[in-house]
Amino acid sequence: MGFNIYDFSGMTHNMHLWFLERMSPTATTIVEWTIIGVSYMLFVALFGLFLVYAERKVCAAFQQRLGPMRVGYWGLLQTIADFIKLLMKELIMPKSADKFLYNLAPFIVMIATFLAMAVLPFAKGLQTLDFDIGIFYVTAVSSVGVIGILIAGWSSNNKYSLIGAMRSGAQILSYELSVSLSLVTIIILAGSMQLSVVVESQRDAWFIFKGHIPALIAFVIFLIAGTAETNRGPFDLAEAESELTAGFHTEYSGIKFAFFFLAEYINMFIVAAMATTVFLGGWMPLHFGSFESFNVVMDFIPPLVWFFMKVLGVIFLIMWFKWTFPRLRVDQILTLEWKYLLPINLINILLMSLVVLTKFHL
Amino acid sequence: MNALFQYISTVFKGVGTLLTGMKITGKYVFTPWNNVTQQYPENRDTLKMFDRFRGEVIMTHNENNEHLCTGCGICEINCPNGSIEIISKMELTEEGKKKRAIDQHIYHLGMCTLCNLCIKACPTGAIVMGQNFEHAVWDRSKLTKVLNQPGSKIAQGVKE
Repeated sequence: MGFNIYDFSGMTHNMHLWFLERMSPTATTIVEWTIIGVSYMLFVALFGLFLVYAERKVCAAFQQRLGPMRVGYWGLLQTIADFIKLLMKELIMPKSADKFLYNLAPFIVMIATFLAMAVLPFAKGLQTLDFDIGIFYVTAVSSVGVIGILIAGWSSNNKYSLIGAMRSGAQILSYELSVSLSLVTIIILAGSMQLSVVVESQRDAWFIFKGHIPALIAFVIFLIAGTAETNRGPFDLAEAESELTAGFHTEYSGIKFAFFFLAEYINMFIVAAMATTVFLGGWMPLHFGSFESFNVVMDFIPPLVWFFMKVLGVIFLIMWFKWTFPRLRVDQILTLEWKYLLPINLINILLMSLVVLTKFHL
Repeated sequence: MNALFQYISTVFKGVGTLLTGMKITGKYVFTPWNNVTQQYPENRDTLKMFDRFRGEVIMTHNENNEHLCTGCGICEINCPNGSIEIISKMELTEEGKKKRAIDQHIYHLGMCTLCNLCIKACPTGAIVMGQNFEHAVWDRSKLTKVLNQPGSKIAQGVKE
């Protein structure tokens, strides 16, 4: 089938032809959908578990501890054991909960996560959907998840859940604006919303280097707003343990709770992947203008490795935020968004437009 | 205009303080050899507790089986929850005078909160905090200890 670790487009094309030879076009489509769906589900389960393990280890390192060490070598099997425990737990439902909505909510959160993952370019040719409005699509579907959170809080018939869900709603609606505007800054520079084009135009220099200071400001704002949008880090007041027990998923147990948990970590991956794709050159290797030999060495590292290296770097940064900063109050969160991030963002867009107009960028 | 400068300086100050915090935690994460976690049952042979650690009250004895306790009972008075009982006896000194001495320094580890008050109060420094922390026993009565070793006596020249 022609497996090439630097370019997957040939492989996927050959696979498509191979299926077409053997079955009807409809059956081919169904088989391909199934393969893609299963691989996404596997990726979400395995990478989610890995992220939970990584979070525990990184958190421990920030607090001068070791983290899980007993299950498996350096605790590697810890999250798998936790997951098996969650699978075997009883699904408890509050007596006066709204049964339909209560059961629906975890799936909405999970579906939003899967939808957002569909457009991420993992490597050259390794992208499920390549819309010409890719970035717009990600910002649109990533805000569907908040509906699931609101439904979960509402249907649980628990005041803590409801308060957590409402806080989460107010927070995500506000920070959606900052995420979109910081992406708009880069769209101005890239001239396209198609993610493959965005990655391709970073071949000579990543946008964070290309766009000078405006791109750097946009990157920082994107990281802050993205952290807030995943209900993480210093912005986790939707599930503030000390105030709301666990926030919107207080009443959930077993696999439904695992869905929320997994969705939260995969959302962090999506934010990191978007930051990587839009600001840090996606799967493109690091290139410095005219250092030919350096560029060749960098080219030798496969795109998948580049992508995941950058994503894990951004995830480490997000975890660094979480384990350093204290949680913000509700009014502080809204002040930060509406009084600081939004005006800075608007001025930043103006600056970026000037940079692009005067062709000041690299 | 002044308000604008104030706004901008708030932003920079805010970012600065955030970076300070990240620098501190970053120092922790990039110096993993300073981790405080002990892999306890595995490193039992090499584990050394900190000097400040309070495991239990012990009485130090020198090589001649001599201790520094005069039996004055100050530790007993100072103990907030009655973990220490002093049983003293009268001894004849070489000059033929009667003098108080320790018979049994009884220490109830099960009641002790390791508050360190007895050690601070001891005028002769006879009792100190030991580093042993493996106190689990099958019988509660084993937690009642006699700190002065059998046959021990007070060292020469210790005055009350």
